[in-house]
Amino acid sequence: MATQVIMPQLGESVVEGTVTKWLKKEGEPIQEFESLLEVNTDKVDSEIPSPAGGTLLKILVPEGTTVRAGTVIAWIGQPGEVLPDSPAPVDLHVAPAAQPAAETKPTTAAATGRDRDLGFISPVVARLAREQNVDLYQVKGTGEGGRITKKDVLAYLASGGAAPKAAPEPAAWETPGEGDLFRPTELQFAGGAPGTTPAPKPAVLPAQPLPRPDLSPAPGDRLVPLSTMRKAIADHMVMSKHTSPHVSTIMEADLSRVIAHRQANKAEFERSGINLTFTAYFVAAAAAALRAFPLVNSSWTDQGVLIHGAINIGMATALGEEGLIVPVIKQADNLSLLGLARSINDLAARARAHQLRPDEVKDGTFTITNHGIGGSLFAMPVINQPQCAILGVGAIKKRPVVVEGDAIAVRSMVYLSLTFDHRILDGSSGDGFLAKIVEVLEQWT
Amino acid sequence: MAEITLVEAIRQAMDEEMARDERVFIVGEDVGVRGGVFRATVGLFDKYGAARVIDSPLAELSIVGVGIGAALYGQRPICEIQFSDFIFPAYNQIVSEAAKMCYRSNGEWTVPMVIRAPYGGGIGGGLYHSQSPEAMFAQIPGLKVVIPSNPHDAKGLLKAAVRDPNLVIFFEPKKGYRLIKGEVPDDDYITPIGPAKISRSGSDVSVFAYGMMHHYALQAAEKVAAEGIDAEVVDLRTLYPVDRETILASVRRTGKALIVHEANLTGGYGAEIAATIVEGAFSDLDAPVRRLAGPDVPGVPFSHPLQEWFMPNVEKIAESIRQLSKW
Repeated sequence: MATQVIMPQLGESVVEGTVTKWLKKEGEPIQEFESLLEVNTDKVDSEIPSPAGGTLLKILVPEGTTVRAGTVIAWIGQPGEVLPDSPAPVDLHVAPAAQPAAETKPTTAAATGRDRDLGFISPVVARLAREQNVDLYQVKGTGEGGRITKKDVLAYLASGGAAPKAAPEPAAWETPGEGDLFRPTELQFAGGAPGTTPAPKPAVLPAQPLPRPDLSPAPGDRLVPLSTMRKAIADHMVMSKHTSPHVSTIMEADLSRVIAHRQANKAEFERSGINLTFTAYFVAAAAAALRAFPLVNSSWTDQGVLIHGAINIGMATALGEEGLIVPVIKQADNLSLLGLARSINDLAARARAHQLRPDEVKDGTFTITNHGIGGSLFAMPVINQPQCAILGVGAIKKRPVVVEGDAIAVRSMVYLSLTFDHRILDGSSGDGFLAKIVEVLEQWT
Repeated sequence: MAEITLVEAIRQAMDEEMARDERVFIVGEDVGVRGGVFRATVGLFDKYGAARVIDSPLAELSIVGVGIGAALYGQRPICEIQFSDFIFPAYNQIVSEAAKMCYRSNGEWTVPMVIRAPYGGGIGGGLYHSQSPEAMFAQIPGLKVVIPSNPHDAKGLLKAAVRDPNLVIFFEPKKGYRLIKGEVPDDDYITPIGPAKISRSGSDVSVFAYGMMHHYALQAAEKVAAEGIDAEVVDLRTLYPVDRETILASVRRTGKALIVHEANLTGGYGAEIAATIVEGAFSDLDAPVRRLAGPDVPGVPFSHPLQEWFMPNVEKIAESIRQLSKW
């Protein structure tokens, strides 16, 4: 039975090694623990002893090749022994080579450019890219860890890579003839009805090939196919982060009055078959604040900031590992606390049962995510496009706080985070809006 | 042009300046009858006599104090501190008196003096004969600090220092006294104090060094050239005032900078160069500025293996260049 020689992991954080020298040739005898090869990792050369005695039957990894720790690099056994099949080792420094299992064909963009994150951009690379209008995603990095060096940029420019300001590829729905299927729903019907303002085109950033980190599955990994929802979430999150400059601001609110109100009214609501949740209070406070700060209830367009007449508040509803969905409470500012609570109960229940109607997840103008349910104190949620802002509600915790008269009191506190589109709001207006929510909650009557 | 050693170039410079200007005289320990422990003044006692080549007591404070007095009186003293390790008793005279004289007398009085001090390790000298104290002087306005790396510059810079109207601290890489040889013109010449010199042009990495480390840096550059790395080597020559333009121009070309000195890393002269580069050429940098320097231990160890560990050398410099090059 032949013995595998594997690339050892020479240190906790060392994940790969380069075979610098084979000290034995194929067919040569070797004793157990006798030095078999030299391996270089990062900066250190190490001699690797043979794991078994016998004959070096086959060398799978030639000198100068870098492979991941754990890769089979040679076989030792008795002459004439038949070797089991082993996958061809992957040279990490040559090509990303064949990806197993899932059919992921490299796109042309990745072939000409890069398929990894840009990594550290040095000052001179940043300056050259700016001055010469270089799309760094198209530049092959040869520095340490694939970093793009000054030389790489200069070589790219020398090879004629300078990008004359290319017109950004139009987004799919702007391509004539592609039909409404490819248009965001909020653009499909707006402007159709007489008397409404024709909806200006949303601002779209030029499409860029998205970088992806290096990834080669390790033994024991498994690939979970993307559900439609997973894919939609992924696309939307990436699009949002590419579209809006996200800024987050955090405040805390004393919920004593809200809690007292809820205690006093819970039973009565229950008699009407309604579970009075805290969410109802947060939605009510957000609706009041949106009315006071209409600029937050808006969308960015190239033509201007489109301020929405209706206040439609989405509430992110988790569906476990499956994903999440955001049913929308339409005209939330027109509903009483009872109306809000009823609507929230209904939408949440049907969301979890997958019984929402399509129009119930559309036309949101603002979103609330209650991440505190899982114990999270505060989070920086991603804006639900094309909205302007999203409110994150943390866990309600009893904390010692300093109250009037410099006394320390136990109060039920919550952190509220507002993540907003800095194209529309600046810090002070974002803070003003969030402060309004805090005020409504703390002054609840 | 004759090929001579570094120490011979220094001896010639003093000889020629003494012949040229009778105000020039030498004072220091064993500089007279003995001709200096490093033989830098050999023959001068016989040639110019005991009045111009003065054997001093073992008291650096008085060597420098005498020099300052004589300089104020119109003479042109060259003070020799036998090892730069022994300069500290004179530090007060240098920093608080000589460096401030021109400034506090509004230019009326200057101290036209040179203090020569052999510095540096790697010679088995241990803690008391290996120090590199240049950073402690290269931050004192009123001083000029010069460190030559080869016979040509040593002679030209020392002659310039003797003729300079203010105090020049002239550190000499003593390990290179007889190790470093080079051609020196026969005629009278000076090498101006201030400008650095690009001693090897390259496009990949800029290496800044002086004294013995410059000598090693050139060798390291040759070594990595064989591996395809094109290093530029800049000999700083004058540490104070330093030639910022040459430094920045070099970094603007290469985008990467390595500074080498054998003095301790922390607060060492490399920090000043690094700061100069980051302030003046930030948008040209393609990698973090790197320093290769002596480790932060109190002295260069006497034990040979530990001395090797302490001292930057050709291989350490080459490895630093490699790392920076591939970064």
